[in-house]
Amino acid sequence: MLSKRVIACLDVRDGKLAKSVKFVDTKDIGDPVEKARQYYEDGLDELVFYDITASSDGRGIMLDVVEKVAAQVFIPFSVGGGIRSVDDATKLRLAGAEKINVNSAAVKDPELIRRCSDAIGAQSVVLSMDVRRAGVTPEIPSGYEIVINGGRTPVGRDAVAWAREGEQLGAGELVVNSIDADGTREGYELRLTRMIADAVQIPVIASGGAGKPEHLYEVLTEGHADAALVASMVHYGDYTVQGLKEYLRGRGVKVRMPRRLS
Amino acid sequence: MITIVDYNAGNLRSVKRACDAAGADSRLTQNPEDILAAERVIFPGVGAARSAMDTVLARGLDGALREAVRRGTPVLGICIGAQIILERSEEGDTPCLGLLPGTTKRFQLEDPRLKVPHIGWNEVKVEKPHPLLAGLEPGDELYFVHSYYPSPKDGARVYATADYGGSFCCALGQGNLFATQFHPEKSGPIGLDLLARFARWDGKC
Repeated sequence: MLSKRVIACLDVRDGKLAKSVKFVDTKDIGDPVEKARQYYEDGLDELVFYDITASSDGRGIMLDVVEKVAAQVFIPFSVGGGIRSVDDATKLRLAGAEKINVNSAAVKDPELIRRCSDAIGAQSVVLSMDVRRAGVTPEIPSGYEIVINGGRTPVGRDAVAWAREGEQLGAGELVVNSIDADGTREGYELRLTRMIADAVQIPVIASGGAGKPEHLYEVLTEGHADAALVASMVHYGDYTVQGLKEYLRGRGVKVRMPRRLS
Repeated sequence: MITIVDYNAGNLRSVKRACDAAGADSRLTQNPEDILAAERVIFPGVGAARSAMDTVLARGLDGALREAVRRGTPVLGICIGAQIILERSEEGDTPCLGLLPGTTKRFQLEDPRLKVPHIGWNEVKVEKPHPLLAGLEPGDELYFVHSYYPSPKDGARVYATADYGGSFCCALGQGNLFATQFHPEKSGPIGLDLLARFARWDGKC
């Protein structure tokens, strides 16, 4: 039986680790390569790097980070942030990323998903969606809408409809990130996660709001998520990956318990 | 020295990096002659069976792989490399290399909650001992990402299975040919251990 995955998300700016709270006030908390290595040794299932660098110089730094991680960390990892073309995606893949995440650029140009999927395979294309609560309208029947530009700009698109379209266009997985829950540490947006997980055939990774181990349990059971993304919970040392997994296993969720080789 | 067959099928450098970490010298090649001269060969890949086979044929790699297997060179297929060693794939109804009798099949799952592709970590159950699987212990999980799985005609060719809405073959082989549906290069220390064993394997089982 397939295990539920615990995925750690590392925000990287100019090659340094940062963690955003409600997408503002990012604060530097260390070296992403070192952190990735630590989580890998602690039994993490997968990693996501979001490059929040604004400058083009930063892009080169990110490729360097990816190369270094790929040489030390032998679990899948994906990279997102600022991917606007097949060329961007291919460069990251060659540097060692297993998957790429597209977000705002795919909202503006949905065919980007198809082009990336054709070029590097659906299994390597993750559609990351920033979602926030909205009133139910004919345009937004689910009551959840897509926002872009780091959560600031609504685009008038229903989240469930966009998830389905992303799947049709060739995304292999979805990250559903709740802007409302992000950084609150009060739990994932369960209703949203479940709505989307039930609407698509591809795996759904829940993101935003994790603060306690119970939150992972809830989203992996009630929320129907295939994987749970964590960030500040583990970055600041409040919890370890291994501890989270032991907790989940104790509550009957199938997770991988890595074994150290002698 | 491990020769990794490069046929534009996914990120082959990740296999090379994993070989580096496992302490095994390796090189990438697109050249059939390098495969014939190789001490041992990894035939990796992700993507679609049809495009993988098209590239294999266009580069004349099929004959070299067949000859390497015939000569007794240790060969390890990974993912697509484990699928196209069979006679045919249901993916695009693609004729494949036929190094082993059998067909690559698509998951037909009754449980609507099980998603395809099968992505993530799943327990690998050793059905029959094999030198390359000797490091595995019951309960060990490895990383999968696929919608199709190899189904050799002869059940005796199945070395390991995993469960996803039913048991499916995830490691198969015959003599000096071995192949895994899971990705040892993305499966942490246990996967690296498998690659290290391949680097020492004499091709016998």
